Amino acid sequence: MRWLLVAIMVAATVLSDLLQSHEMKRAGEQSVGARGLARLLRSIVERRFLMLAIGCMAVSFFSFMALVRVEPLSFAVPASAASFVLETVLAKVVLKERIGIRRAAGALIVFAGVVLVGG
Amino acid sequence: MKAGLLKTYLILALFIAQKAAGNLSLAWGMKRLPSDPGANPLLYVRAMFDPFVAAGIAALILALLTRMVLLSLADLSFVLPVTAIGYAVAAFLGKIVLHETVTSRRWAGTFLICMGAALVGSTSRTTTEIGAKSP
Repeated sequence: MRWLLVAIMVAATVLSDLLQSHEMKRAGEQSVGARGLARLLRSIVERRFLMLAIGCMAVSFFSFMALVRVEPLSFAVPASAASFVLETVLAKVVLKERIGIRRAAGALIVFAGVVLVGG
Repeated sequence: MKAGLLKTYLILALFIAQKAAGNLSLAWGMKRLPSDPGANPLLYVRAMFDPFVAAGIAALILALLTRMVLLSLADLSFVLPVTAIGYAVAAFLGKIVLHETVTSRRWAGTFLICMGAALVGSTSRTTTEIGAKSP
């Protein structure tokens, strides 16, 4: 059961972030002022993939909540960090981001750090 | 420092502050509750009317929107590791404000996160094309 919840949580997180990154890049540079946030909210309503991303985020959140009810936080947090590595790989493959050695090494160090923090 | 890069780091700082304030307020509010909500969803709904829980949720919604703005300015593979600094901030705030015990293992993890984030932060924030500029 716990691995099913981890799989659902990681898959939903990855899909949500990939969709958000793709759609936000297409939407163009946004800002955090009142007018900028209003424009962002309009973008969310108009772009169905952003709505889908928020839906995936909700699935991820509730999977995490379900996971911490049956497993200790020290398992749930490092398990959720698995999405770090998967997302970095998919950012290169799907979003065509250029990931150099420094960025890949940094992401792996952060992943190790998250596992330690959660453990 | 270029204006775009400065804007990215300012929004990153805003996101980390909103996330930290949201989590802290939420944790504080949930600990103040008279009884453990357990599995009862109605008690969670009632918990949302606690001012600290409500403020925490509002801050986390703002953090979510700010992260979306950040994703319009920088690569996903850049945003993911640098926003992990939030784990380090949470450890510090947990220790200082909530007086939680932070083990040496957790401090070591916090150090690694900061090092990794600094390494990623030294790379170019975007390697793909961004759509339209904001008006």
